[in-house]
Amino acid sequence: MAARGCGGAWRRGWQRGRALSGPAPGPFPRGRRAVACNARGGAVPAGKSGLASWVPVVGLEIHAQISSNSKLFSGSQVQFAAPPNSLVSFFDASLPGTLPVLNRRCVEAAVMTGLALNCSINKKSLFDRKHYFYADLPAGYQITQQRVPLAVNGSLSYSLCTGNKMSQMVKKTVRIKQIQLEQDSGKSLHDDTRSQTLVDLNRAGVGLMEVVMEPDMCCGDEAAAAVRELQLILQTLGSSQAVMAEGQLRVDANVSVHHPGEPYGVRTEVKNINSIRFLAKAVDYEIQRQIEELENGGTILNETRAFDSKLGCTVPMRDKEGKQDYRFMPEPNLPPLILYDAKSLPANMNHQQVINIDWIHERLPDLPSVKREKLVEQYGILPEHSFALLNEDGLAEFYENVLKQTRMKPKRVIGWVLNDLLSYLKQHSLTVKESPVSSFLLADLLNLLEKKEISSTAAKQVLAELWKGEGKTPLEIVKEQKLQLLQDQKELEQICQAVIDRQENE
Amino acid sequence: QVSAALKEGRVTPTELCQQCLSLIKSTKFLNAYITIAEETALKQAEASEERYKRGQPLGILDGIPIAVKDNFNTAGIETTCASNMLRGYISPYNATVVQKLLDQGAVLLGKTNLDEFAMGSGSTDGVFGPVRNPWSYSRQYKEKSVPKSHSEDKESNWVITGGSSGGSAAAVSSFTCFAALGSDTGGSTRNPAAHCGVVGLKPTYGLISRHGLIPLVNSMDVPGILTRCVDDAAVVLGSLAGHDPKDSTTIQDNFKPFELPNLTDVSKLSIGIPKEYRAPGLSGEILTLWSKAADLFQNAGAKVVEVSLPHTRYSIVCYHVLCTAEVASNMARFDGLEYGHRSDMNESTESMYAATRREGFNDVVRGRILSGNYFLLKQNYEKYFVKAQKVRRLIANDFVKVFRSGVDVLLTPTTLSDAAPYKEFIKEDNRTRSAQNDILTQAANMAGLPAINVPTALSERGLPVGLQFIGRSFQEQQLLTVAKWFEKQVQFPMIQLEEIKRHYHDVFQHEKSASFS
Repeated sequence: MAARGCGGAWRRGWQRGRALSGPAPGPFPRGRRAVACNARGGAVPAGKSGLASWVPVVGLEIHAQISSNSKLFSGSQVQFAAPPNSLVSFFDASLPGTLPVLNRRCVEAAVMTGLALNCSINKKSLFDRKHYFYADLPAGYQITQQRVPLAVNGSLSYSLCTGNKMSQMVKKTVRIKQIQLEQDSGKSLHDDTRSQTLVDLNRAGVGLMEVVMEPDMCCGDEAAAAVRELQLILQTLGSSQAVMAEGQLRVDANVSVHHPGEPYGVRTEVKNINSIRFLAKAVDYEIQRQIEELENGGTILNETRAFDSKLGCTVPMRDKEGKQDYRFMPEPNLPPLILYDAKSLPANMNHQQVINIDWIHERLPDLPSVKREKLVEQYGILPEHSFALLNEDGLAEFYENVLKQTRMKPKRVIGWVLNDLLSYLKQHSLTVKESPVSSFLLADLLNLLEKKEISSTAAKQVLAELWKGEGKTPLEIVKEQKLQLLQDQKELEQICQAVIDRQENE
Repeated sequence: QVSAALKEGRVTPTELCQQCLSLIKSTKFLNAYITIAEETALKQAEASEERYKRGQPLGILDGIPIAVKDNFNTAGIETTCASNMLRGYISPYNATVVQKLLDQGAVLLGKTNLDEFAMGSGSTDGVFGPVRNPWSYSRQYKEKSVPKSHSEDKESNWVITGGSSGGSAAAVSSFTCFAALGSDTGGSTRNPAAHCGVVGLKPTYGLISRHGLIPLVNSMDVPGILTRCVDDAAVVLGSLAGHDPKDSTTIQDNFKPFELPNLTDVSKLSIGIPKEYRAPGLSGEILTLWSKAADLFQNAGAKVVEVSLPHTRYSIVCYHVLCTAEVASNMARFDGLEYGHRSDMNESTESMYAATRREGFNDVVRGRILSGNYFLLKQNYEKYFVKAQKVRRLIANDFVKVFRSGVDVLLTPTTLSDAAPYKEFIKEDNRTRSAQNDILTQAANMAGLPAINVPTALSERGLPVGLQFIGRSFQEQQLLTVAKWFEKQVQFPMIQLEEIKRHYHDVFQHEKSASFS
């Protein structure tokens, strides 16, 4: 039987001899993935099956593209999907003699992110060169922060649904090791038919924040939930748009397994994960693969693997064989980055030239976790409701807009928004912005229901009609389809009597 | 003086430019220039002439012909670094210092020769061949040199310029321009200045922008200034110094250009003589000259004290580690992909990189890259790179202590001897020669301090010998004031070259030395 809601140990819940590279998307039954690991993937002693249990360990390295007008060290523009090599400055192309100049906005974005993740911001951080040769790295090195990054020792709290019901939500925390600023590389496209590689440097030099999450997670769901929460935080701060499909958020997972009480196993790095959904799949697949490999007497190589989304499995990556020595060296063209707070700010310093951490802290917007609590407090909805509201872009605003325009109680409105509207949106793969039913229309409909002019069944019918987006108001639809509730007692008695009479006659 | 001449209309910028260009052609055998920008120079001269006619020159430098070492980016003019890697490379932008000079109306005659990528102390290891010291052809040298045998061609006895800014030094020394830009990482401006009998100034690190200077060692490189007299160096410095937002290592403080006072009273001055600079291999001649110079100051009333910079002897080894490490890093960008030489090898990206770099770089560059990568390996980083950084701090602290003790300026030799004949010089490899020759100049780069070579006297062989002054950080005014005083005392003779006589007969009949300020 598959591990479900157990203390966190993974057992071989399937039969011996199962193919390793089968097309199955994962070893678990479809539906709610029910691996509830506890915070540190703590294991449960060998269970009924008599097999030794495994503790999976998952850490993440997340690269978030900074939302800024220009690149980290040069003035060229940051823009998605521009014509190839149209956003490349002399520095980005590594023309000899060019020098890096630090972009203030990028530093601010990283400070905001560090503060939002409860990190200590290093008042002095350093830049380094990380050397390797690759076509999309014009200078032959990347400027990053290896010795002393901008922020360290933070934490991220996220919620995970356990069990089948949404109502069972568990709060988890993952430690943030550090956040560092670094350059993005260009893009290389391999054209095998013509045996050539095409290089586009538009992305070369764009600012990235690398967020390193400690291996506190133990399964795909946890990893996915943590990344989702990070994504929401970044979007709330505005420090990154964090859209995975546009490459603004890239996740590499470090996965290993070990027996409880023993040291950590050899880990593999899984790259090339393009969505949160795939992240969960990739992590779970890799955990399973490692368990099977080890149980069959094999060993795990410390390698880099790519996630093949079509096959649903991880495969070794060809060009990352062998360990690389990056020959880190301090970046000599950039002095140490000094940040100030209210206490340490020198009196006669030019305001434009410095960054004041306290000033940024004061201006941080409400983080998703705070917003969720506020929604619960203000409207009396359940935590899982506010979670769902914030999980969909624009949905919380939609909900609040409806509330402004109706007298229906928030606790009742939430059902309509989360069950009815949201499921329509999901069915048609639409965003809240694209919804044919505006908050105004929904509020209008709910008002009719509130005033008992229609039944809730009728309301659902009206909603279905509204969804067609033909421009009719709820009232018009009600009249058209004759869905009004009859309020007149006498009229109702007559109808009932008529029905009874008809029955008798048959 | 030539600036005054321009102003007074005794000579026009175009005439001046044409004379320089023609002199360059006559002295082609010196191989000082890689590229001559004849058309653009004449255009610039014409524009300058217009301004003079209107009585609106941009400043002292307006119309003055200058040359720039070929490791500075010049828009539209080939920038090669004397390497096959950048042969034919036309940069799309001007280095900040080049732009500043052009903005002042200077006339850019061309790009001067150097050791490949500024690696060397002789200006002998570039792909365009070695630079010849103009003094090889001077009457002073010819008189003193005795041909070893009758069959020996006098031509083959020519001496090197020193390096790596040999082309710039030769250009200034042979009167083909009035000022030139060099670069100085371990002595590359001061060394050839000493051998060619010109003033070579290494400014404080962070004073002048490096944007557009193709780097050798980012943490030590500075643009260098080569002129025929100290006043000229001050003028050029004035037009170049100051914060550049494009270079994050330049200081933010406002720089005020200064005019050098004519110092008469040196009694308030304290000159330090570092004993460790009595280096092995220092010629008796130079030792004597150094001593005489010290006496000169003392007799004039200055306080002359012996001081100690105990870590001097570690500077070469320390430099070797840090320099090669940065070189390995800086050269990583030369892969033939975006610009520069690209090999025809196209089996794979890696093989293309490897072939391009093998074809594009000479042995010296490749050697330094390999060394540097070795020092940067994870297992070696602490042992070599970090250790060298620590030693660097000790070297810099030596200077701090000495200056704090009341010394204003240090006086040392610049080179171990006068210029060697090319045939002798190439008997040892580049690395050996660099280690030998950088010893007296390198430490100032480690510490980021300003230093200047002042031509002092002629050696027994009739070749120039200079002495070096090292000053406090950002105290160029004091340093140059002292240098100017010294220059006046020693009255270094003008080079007597046939070619110059023929060209400048009209303008400089009665001048002892030609300067533009």
